Amino acid sequence: MSAHPTGAAGFLHRYEGLRMRLPGARLPFVAALRDQAAEAFRTQGFPTRRVEAWKYTDLRPVADAGFDEALTAVDSAPDLPPAHGTARAVFVDGRFRPDLSALDGLPYAVESLAMALPGLDGRLGALARVEAQPMAALNTMLFEDGLVVTVPAGAAGGVLDLVSIGTASERPEAFHPRHLIRLGAGASLTIIETATGPEGARYLHNPVYEVEVAAGATLTHARLQQEAPRAFQLATAYARVAEGGTYDNFTLNAGGRLVRNEIHTVLAGPNAACHMNGAQLLRDGQHADTTTVLDHAAPDCASRQTYKTVLMGRSRGVFQGKIHVHQVAQRTDGYQMNQALLLSPEAEIDSKPQLEIYADDVKCSHGATVGEIDAEQLFYLRARGIPEPRARAMLVEAFLKEAVEGVQDEAARAALDAAITGWWEKAA
Amino acid sequence: MPAVTETIDTVQSVTEGTYKWGFETEIEMEFAPKGLNEDIVRFISKKKNEPQWLLDWRLKAFAIWQKMEEPRWPAVTYPPIDYQDAYYYAAPANKVKPKSLDEVDPELLRTYAKLGIPLKEQAILAGVEGAGDVPAEGGRMPIAVDAVFDSVSVATSYKERLGKEGIIFCAISEAVEKYPDLVRQYLGTVVPQGDNFYAALNSAVFTDGSFVYIPKGVRCPMELSTYFRINAKSTGQFERTLIIADEGSTVSYLEGCTAPMRDENQLHAAVVELVALDDARIKYSTVQNWYPGDAEGKGGIYNFVTKRAQCRGKRSKVSWTQVETGSAITWKYPSCVLLGDDSVGEFYSVAITNNRQQADTGTKMIHVGKRTTSTIVSKGISAGRGQNTYRGLVRVAPTASNARNFTQCDSLLIGDQCGAHTVPYIENRCMTAKTEHEATTSRIAEDQLFYCRQRGLSEEDAVGLIVNGFCREVLKELPMEFAVEAQKLLQISLEGSVG
Repeated sequence: MSAHPTGAAGFLHRYEGLRMRLPGARLPFVAALRDQAAEAFRTQGFPTRRVEAWKYTDLRPVADAGFDEALTAVDSAPDLPPAHGTARAVFVDGRFRPDLSALDGLPYAVESLAMALPGLDGRLGALARVEAQPMAALNTMLFEDGLVVTVPAGAAGGVLDLVSIGTASERPEAFHPRHLIRLGAGASLTIIETATGPEGARYLHNPVYEVEVAAGATLTHARLQQEAPRAFQLATAYARVAEGGTYDNFTLNAGGRLVRNEIHTVLAGPNAACHMNGAQLLRDGQHADTTTVLDHAAPDCASRQTYKTVLMGRSRGVFQGKIHVHQVAQRTDGYQMNQALLLSPEAEIDSKPQLEIYADDVKCSHGATVGEIDAEQLFYLRARGIPEPRARAMLVEAFLKEAVEGVQDEAARAALDAAITGWWEKAA
Repeated sequence: MPAVTETIDTVQSVTEGTYKWGFETEIEMEFAPKGLNEDIVRFISKKKNEPQWLLDWRLKAFAIWQKMEEPRWPAVTYPPIDYQDAYYYAAPANKVKPKSLDEVDPELLRTYAKLGIPLKEQAILAGVEGAGDVPAEGGRMPIAVDAVFDSVSVATSYKERLGKEGIIFCAISEAVEKYPDLVRQYLGTVVPQGDNFYAALNSAVFTDGSFVYIPKGVRCPMELSTYFRINAKSTGQFERTLIIADEGSTVSYLEGCTAPMRDENQLHAAVVELVALDDARIKYSTVQNWYPGDAEGKGGIYNFVTKRAQCRGKRSKVSWTQVETGSAITWKYPSCVLLGDDSVGEFYSVAITNNRQQADTGTKMIHVGKRTTSTIVSKGISAGRGQNTYRGLVRVAPTASNARNFTQCDSLLIGDQCGAHTVPYIENRCMTAKTEHEATTSRIAEDQLFYCRQRGLSEEDAVGLIVNGFCREVLKELPMEFAVEAQKLLQISLEGSVG
């Protein structure tokens, strides 16, 4: 084996070497979770395109890159993205940086996962499915840190900025943060996450989120993926929503070279609700994949999904969205729409919406459209004296903002709007 | 309201809830030895007096098949199939062609009568020479029929009449003998031997099926039809159909099928290849009514079929219409490869699963030519413990500028033990192309049901009426005779699913 073996073997090799140095190595439940995940990752390896869930996304560039694990904390002080609230948790190369964070006087608990591990038996790994998602297995095997957020029942948490910065280094680094977010009954919280890195940085950001929303609680989870242009992000979120709770996820895929945003949401109690929305803004050479799996596992739940993709240059967008309605989930109301706008003759979009329904009293629908900018709409604007570039920009923005409209939280919506406008100004 | 009258009549006529085509014809049969190996492939080829090239073609397919694995991706479950535990060739032993009605094996005659094929047509079906010139009953437009009984075509009607137009309509084994160049030119060009597991199996052991060639500029004067009947026990049916519509020609082709009721599962793995050249039009309609198994899911046909059309010519058009009510398991994706500029592909489907039936069906529309358009309308109905999946692909190549696709998939659920699934794949690599897909799943609306009940319809009749309405867009695409039959079938298939 060479010094830096690649592929799944490379990661497994590094796990063997790091096993005793990773956080929680002396905690039996953590060690058992990691070993189990390593076995799952060994069995599955990096998924190939023959695996149905990865039909349109080829992970070979990630597998072949030969990463180091970012084990040493970086003490540099990188530029931080603009804040959306007063509370802020900052991670650099996957490690929590208290010196850059602002977390005092909050009505809820925020801890570094590495520090909080002893108290997480039964909570860590409760939702992630390492046997089914190889990237979650990789994360569980190698996670070095993460954020543990625990909002007590009834507390209004306000806005928490979660910042992840990847830095440039000689050899590309991989980091696998594990974030655990738990909202007590009736609690609320808005997390606005910004993932970014400097031009030229090469790294793999492989986060896993385990989100528990108790009865009547509301979590807004806005993710602005603005990674460095040569970086990879493979994110997997697991959310479980109890009776009357709401999980509102919006993911903006704008950065990175090869990106996957995978969300598994289970509506586990009656009257739970879920909004999963997103936008993918892709330029030349980018590949972004949004994959959602929504389980309606209880009656009387509602779900709304709107995903929009804009493709420029030789980019490729993927949307896969599955709504699974269990037999008990009578009176389910599920809606999903995914639309793509092709702005380049070299772009490609692959879309696979999917309904799997085992209950009869349901109302479920999905729609998918692909096309270029509507010539009639363009004509309408130009006939009113708007120059073509401006008219096109207006139409693209209108197309994207339809997805943002579904976000209930105002702060999150404003952050997303600003990010989208900023992207288009740079792109056009 | 004829639809309602029809509905009530039908429901009343089948209150026992049986599959009325489920009888078995006792007739002397000739079988190949049980099992599947190279010798069986040679046996079939020899039985059909095939030229060496076709035997080689079959053997190559068999070699490919042996290396292939059965597909596991469809959303259907069934116990493993023992491919060695079946006969791959079964034919009525009667070798001398009957000269008159009296000479035809009375069992065959009775079979056709029971299957509801009109008497005069029946005479033709049984292979009576000269009966082809008798005008059809009631002055209706005659339908030319090729009757396939287990592994062989027993007769083809109206051959002479069609021959006057230069149309070839015969069993494919006959075409291999009489028009070898034509068969060789097209066979396997749409569905190659190694296309998929069942297509490879079919290519190795196909026994009969229909061959159609419509010459340039000819509009086929009557509907062509093939009636497939599985009769013998422990057999599989592997027919192969090849239809070629030359430049500017038009043809409408119908396909029907039934099988006896048995506890065992029988395999039907057909391949259908359609080729449409410049300005040609092919309309292919299927009413699939294989034995679906009993209410507990015992028995029934495994219908694993590969159907594909190539619109090779400019402005060519292929339209698939299917009503899938039978079979224990259906695995079938009639597809269109739109190569010619401005070519058109259509797919209209109604699929019903009741009791323990499972269906995984849909279509593929591959856009290659410029300004190609495709339309997909799929209606899935699940009742009892049925599982119904729409699976479809729309792929637009970078060359297909200004291509258009519209897809609509609706599912209806009747009862809380069944499942309805929709799995479309949309792959677009052309900026100027436009694709639209929409899918809905719901149960029969309470207000519609209430409206019908309030006007005195029983619940079952009301459901029948609503289901017919739900399927209307597809049923209206069927030729008239088929539309009536299909409507009845919908009723029968849904029987016992209400209340």
